[in-house]
Amino acid sequence: MVLFTLAFFSHAVEVAFSVKNDEAKTKFDFTRTDRFGRIGSAMMVLAVNFLFAGVIFRGISAHRVPWGNMYEFSITGALAFSGAYLFALAKYKIRWLGLPVAIAVLLTLGTAITILYRPSAPLVPALKSTWLAIHVSAAIISGGVFLLANCIAATYLILDRYETNSLPRPNWAKKLPSLEVLDQLSYRLVAFVFPLWTFAVIAGAIWAESAWGRYWGWDPKETWAFITWVAYAAYLHARVTIGWRGRKAAWLCLFAGSTFLFNYIYVNIWGTGRHTYSGL
Amino acid sequence: MSMNELRGRSLFRWAWRQLTSMRTALMLLLLLGIASIPGSLFPQRSQNPMKVAAYFAKNPTLATWLDRIKIFDVYSSPWFSAIYLLLFISLIGCVLPRTIEHVKALGAKPPLTPKFLDRMEFPSTLEVDKELALDNAEQWLRSKHFRVRREAGSISAEKGYSRESGNLLFHLSLILILVGVGIGSLFGMKGEAIVSVGDRFINTPTSYDSLGFGKFQSENSLTSFSLIVTDFKAKYDLKTNAPSDYKLSVLAANPIGSKEIARTIKVNSPLTYGNTKIYLQANGYSPMVTIRDKSGKIAFQGATVFLPQDGNLTSTGAIKLPDMNPQMGFVATFIPTYDRNSKRGAFSTYPEVLDPRLLFSAWVGNLGLDSGQPQSVYRLNTTKMSRIALMQLQLHETYNFGEGSITFEGWKPWVNLQIVSDPGKFYSLYGAILAILGLLLSLFTRQRRIWVKVGEKVEIAGLAKNGTPGLEEELAALKKRLEGEK
Ligand code: HEM
Repeated sequence: MVLFTLAFFSHAVEVAFSVKNDEAKTKFDFTRTDRFGRIGSAMMVLAVNFLFAGVIFRGISAHRVPWGNMYEFSITGALAFSGAYLFALAKYKIRWLGLPVAIAVLLTLGTAITILYRPSAPLVPALKSTWLAIHVSAAIISGGVFLLANCIAATYLILDRYETNSLPRPNWAKKLPSLEVLDQLSYRLVAFVFPLWTFAVIAGAIWAESAWGRYWGWDPKETWAFITWVAYAAYLHARVTIGWRGRKAAWLCLFAGSTFLFNYIYVNIWGTGRHTYSGL
Repeated sequence: MSMNELRGRSLFRWAWRQLTSMRTALMLLLLLGIASIPGSLFPQRSQNPMKVAAYFAKNPTLATWLDRIKIFDVYSSPWFSAIYLLLFISLIGCVLPRTIEHVKALGAKPPLTPKFLDRMEFPSTLEVDKELALDNAEQWLRSKHFRVRREAGSISAEKGYSRESGNLLFHLSLILILVGVGIGSLFGMKGEAIVSVGDRFINTPTSYDSLGFGKFQSENSLTSFSLIVTDFKAKYDLKTNAPSDYKLSVLAANPIGSKEIARTIKVNSPLTYGNTKIYLQANGYSPMVTIRDKSGKIAFQGATVFLPQDGNLTSTGAIKLPDMNPQMGFVATFIPTYDRNSKRGAFSTYPEVLDPRLLFSAWVGNLGLDSGQPQSVYRLNTTKMSRIALMQLQLHETYNFGEGSITFEGWKPWVNLQIVSDPGKFYSLYGAILAILGLLLSLFTRQRRIWVKVGEKVEIAGLAKNGTPGLEEELAALKKRLEGEK
């Protein structure tokens, strides 16, 4: 219980940091001073560490891996998403993404704490498996990166409109990289996690085989995981073999990402089937 | 050959080329994704037949119409199968020729140096010694594991063949997965059986409550084994009442008649005999009663399987006595931990048996068992019966309803065993593993060519497949090497 309170507290701190981070970013974007941006990034690193600690504490307080219900999926998802952002930040210059990332994380954590929150409880027997850790962590990390790719594709589409109308970029976008870089970046992210997502689906199938006696049963969750997989495969094909770039590819990327979100939100909450562990 | 034959042939060739084109494959892939959507929005017979029935009851006209296009059996419908069969054929037609080509290319030299290097990527000219340039370049390229083709006055080098190998491996593995799925559905079996604690299950078709075989599998192919269910333990979380652990203990003999060995079956660890696995799928209670007729003779004694209705295992069922005269039946509810309030009536507050009750209504008349229509064993058809009693019993209590008496003797847990044989799953599993390996290989290898040409000057240039980055740096390094600075 104590540990759990601690976890909750660190979430709160994380939220506070994210808010500050937001402010810092806003100033950064409008005044275009580099310092705020750096502060924002530092805050983000700190916040991600806190969030990480929060997820760990949740695991300790529940005596298991913290992936048993939707509250836990959400906080871990937010962690994966912001973590992916930091990794990408280290490799590419994408600090401009800090603001949308912080807002998205904030929203996720906000709903997680207010609506989805459930006290820690042991897992139902079907979830007691090493495959839980493997399957869910792979799925959540993939999800985080897919969403990051989506943010970039969305940015691409917004800026693309300015460019096709030969308007100057708005203030907030002055520092953003060129369209080609955005395009490449979202592709790179997808190409990077597609194998991980494939792995997540396969790990899920192996687990389903040991828990339910069949590796694939077209349960709504499985069906949508398949649809996401197909959509990203189509995206990769469209890029690699047909040579789609830019706007068309970005739309396809957004579409594929929304199938993932749909699966996460709709199927967890309103769906039927055997993946009803969301605890809602 | 007649004109018609020719036309037929070219039509076939045209159709084949269309089918195996990348664009078609892509369309089919997307179509497969879209086609699987309705199955997640409408209830499916294969997963939840009760929900389908409920849908029919609610919108009968719409449902019959939807049923005609197989909306309730999407994944076994002709149109869904058509899409994936076409995709399968398309995949084979697309990938096999490429594999053959690739295997040939593996042994071959890189293609000849193109005439005009300035049309390639990052061309540059160098002011270096022409004699030494090719030797140096060859040495450098070989040290970087390029395949090198040296001709008089030019070098053509290529690296990253494993990209195509990985790509082909991935797509071939998809075929392997589909083959595994096919084998599983043609040669597999799947059945369910409810077994009470203390009872024996012998693996023969008659022991099952439901059983299905693949098209090419016969009923005598069941693995020979028998089980005696010795114990079943369920643990629940005291705060949430959610189950935390199930443990089933059995004495298993494989084959039937051999020495019995104690084994345990849990939710994530089925009992395995070759391709056949025995899963613990569900559990519930069978209340035990003794029913006597007017003369005090025992008309029924034993346990009856009841179906759980909620998370606290409130269970309902029916006890039928077709041999009594007149026929009798009981509609009953078993409550493991009893409580009652004015709103809900009697209900269970915990899934374990702490304070059991048996609620029942007793009926006399005609059970309707000989009407020819199959009847659920969990329900009583009371249309030709009349109710003579409505009662609630504690453990060991007896109630006399005039036509006889009923005693609530106790309860037994039962488990639902799912027994599955899927001889195709290992193909699918290996396919899946190879698919990931192939995917990694193909997505993380860069394929590129580099050319060095000695004409009036020394020219170098390259070409990266799909515009993957890194080529420019590589060419810069080669340039440095040729210019003599290490
Ligand atoms: C079912 C799911 C499928 C997935 C997930 C998938 C995935 C991929 C991926 C990731 C690539 C990129 C490889 C690279 O970087 O070169 C690729 C390439 C390719 N795919 Fe698929 N594929 C699928 C189905 C198919 C089908 C049905 C066909 C053929 C009929 C096909 C034909 C090809 C071809 C020809 C390439 C090579 C593209 C090139 O190298 O330019 N794929 N596929």
